[in-house]
Amino acid sequence: MKEMLKVQNLRKTFRISAKQQKIEKTKERIKVAVDNLSFTAYEGEVFGLLGPNGAGKTTTLRMMSALVKPDKGDVLVDGASVVKNPEEVRGKLGFLTSELKLEEFFTPNYLFGFFSELHGVEKAEAEARKQNLFEKFGITKFAEVKVGDLSTGMKQKVSLVISIVHDPDIIIFDEPTNGLDVLTAKVVTDFLLELKGQGKTIVVSTHIFSLIEKICDRVGVVIDGKMAVCDTLENLTAEKPLEEKFFDIFAERAGGVNEK
Amino acid sequence: MKNSIVTIMKKEFVRFFTDRRMVLTTVIMPGLMIYLLYSFMGSGFSSQFETAEDFKASIRVINLPDSMKNVEDGGAPIKFTEISDGEMEQCMEDLKTEEAGFDLLAVFPEEFDAQVSSYEVSAGGAAPAVKLYYNSTDSDSQSSYYMMEDVLNTYESALANKFDVNPGEETYDLATDEDTSAQIFSMMVPMLMMVFLFSGCMAVAPESIAGEKERGTIATLLVTPMKRSHLAIGKIISLSAIAILSGFSSFMGMMLSLPKMMGDVEGMSADIYNMTDYIIVLLVVLSTVLVIITLVSIISAFARNVKEATGWVTPVMIISMLLGVTSMIPDLCMTEPVWFLIPLYNSAQSMNGIFSMNPDMVNIAVTVVANVCYAGIGVFVLAKMFDNEKVMFSK
Repeated sequence: MKEMLKVQNLRKTFRISAKQQKIEKTKERIKVAVDNLSFTAYEGEVFGLLGPNGAGKTTTLRMMSALVKPDKGDVLVDGASVVKNPEEVRGKLGFLTSELKLEEFFTPNYLFGFFSELHGVEKAEAEARKQNLFEKFGITKFAEVKVGDLSTGMKQKVSLVISIVHDPDIIIFDEPTNGLDVLTAKVVTDFLLELKGQGKTIVVSTHIFSLIEKICDRVGVVIDGKMAVCDTLENLTAEKPLEEKFFDIFAERAGGVNEK
Repeated sequence: MKNSIVTIMKKEFVRFFTDRRMVLTTVIMPGLMIYLLYSFMGSGFSSQFETAEDFKASIRVINLPDSMKNVEDGGAPIKFTEISDGEMEQCMEDLKTEEAGFDLLAVFPEEFDAQVSSYEVSAGGAAPAVKLYYNSTDSDSQSSYYMMEDVLNTYESALANKFDVNPGEETYDLATDEDTSAQIFSMMVPMLMMVFLFSGCMAVAPESIAGEKERGTIATLLVTPMKRSHLAIGKIISLSAIAILSGFSSFMGMMLSLPKMMGDVEGMSADIYNMTDYIIVLLVVLSTVLVIITLVSIISAFARNVKEATGWVTPVMIISMLLGVTSMIPDLCMTEPVWFLIPLYNSAQSMNGIFSMNPDMVNIAVTVVANVCYAGIGVFVLAKMFDNEKVMFSK
């Protein structure tokens, strides 16, 4: 199987402000957000990153999408290095996180065209893709409505669609169903399965066990910035449900990489 | 992917021009407001110092001499009303109010004409004194004072007319209308232009950069394959164009209303400048806007939100205003090209040269080239900032 995304010994630290030191009751001035983290996602695979809040999942995804730079290590996205060729990396993947917002003044229609242009997608191709995606997500009716006037669910759908305007082979989703109602969450989950069916490589970060169980092939459990366990979903859930397994792992706080 | 610069520019233009409120407040309102403000200020000043054509000064007089009666009879717009010494205090009280019913109180010494004719300057004694009581906050009273003072001075000159200075109707001030206009424009325009250009830049740059950062929309741009430098260039060019529109609006408002503000000085008009002058001004303005936009953009990129950006930019705006004021102070108007390497000062001085109709092309060239270089360095810094996660994702 082709290695589409190879995360190699990633490390990221942040300086802690005096205010933050007080809040966290620590004297440490440096916080290790991600510590020597490695894993690989293969072509056509859905890889789930599971972990509690503050485990370092989002920071890992940000480094993978070349939004922030790693202190150490590298990520190869279809062979391109985030350290050496960040622009190439950004062109190869689609990244969706709740932190990336759309300008509320514009309409979904305009934004799709705008981001297609930035990704260098041909006009005709972009138009066809827009029609397809807008129809699939029920955006067509709201295509000319300003993003600011859309519901939260519709905004999330538009964000998702915008993140894949260029039809990337690798897609990174950070908490894709977070804050969505059950109906919208189902639309998103079904779409992820559809993308998987198309042979896309998907990395999903979430703390929703049911989502992992439904769509992931392999799972990495991240605790305190370290990869505690990395295995197939099948192996992880062989003895007990994923949720129970996760709490076991969390209790043990297993360190180091355990990739199979 | 050079297209990304154009894409960013298009987006900024669409964002601006499809928002009628922004167009109104940034482009239309500044020019209109400046025109109205300056025009009103001009007419306000004029009415303060000018009197209506049918105005006749109503003057209460104690000991009215015959020589002054002739003035009234001679057709001067003055009406004397004689009063007694005893009414003096009441008249002075009345003058303190707006509803006095008269404009001035003139107190002549008894036998004024006789005292004047017998008075010898060489004898060294005290000259006969005329007291004029008036209220400077009342425009009619103020006008009456000037009128009466003028009458008395003329009378005094006529008594001992040994020589005249600039007699007759001949024009002695050899300055042309053009010179007068140029002097006024060169003093006022550079400082005002600096303010208007900075205001235009402040209206768009913090919103476009700190605003996008605050709303999290800039991060969405940063995950696209576009180069950070393209984002910086696209933003700076488009914001400069919008700021220039805003500056142009203010400039037009100012040029059209400045003659009104200066009290409709005879012959004063912006027509004295030809197309070449305006093209050179445009070049200087363009390069100045690039520098200001770059500066404001860098500050905005550092700021966490629009409010913080505006707060940080304000002291810089005050500095630019101070540099603009240098065009009004001859001692601070340097002519050596090296001074024209100082950003913003160079723009004010170049505009001063152009509007005084005495442009130094070398200094103007130094100004434009230096400003473009500073803007280039600014774009580089801004691109680096867009690439710096600590700056872009600071909270």
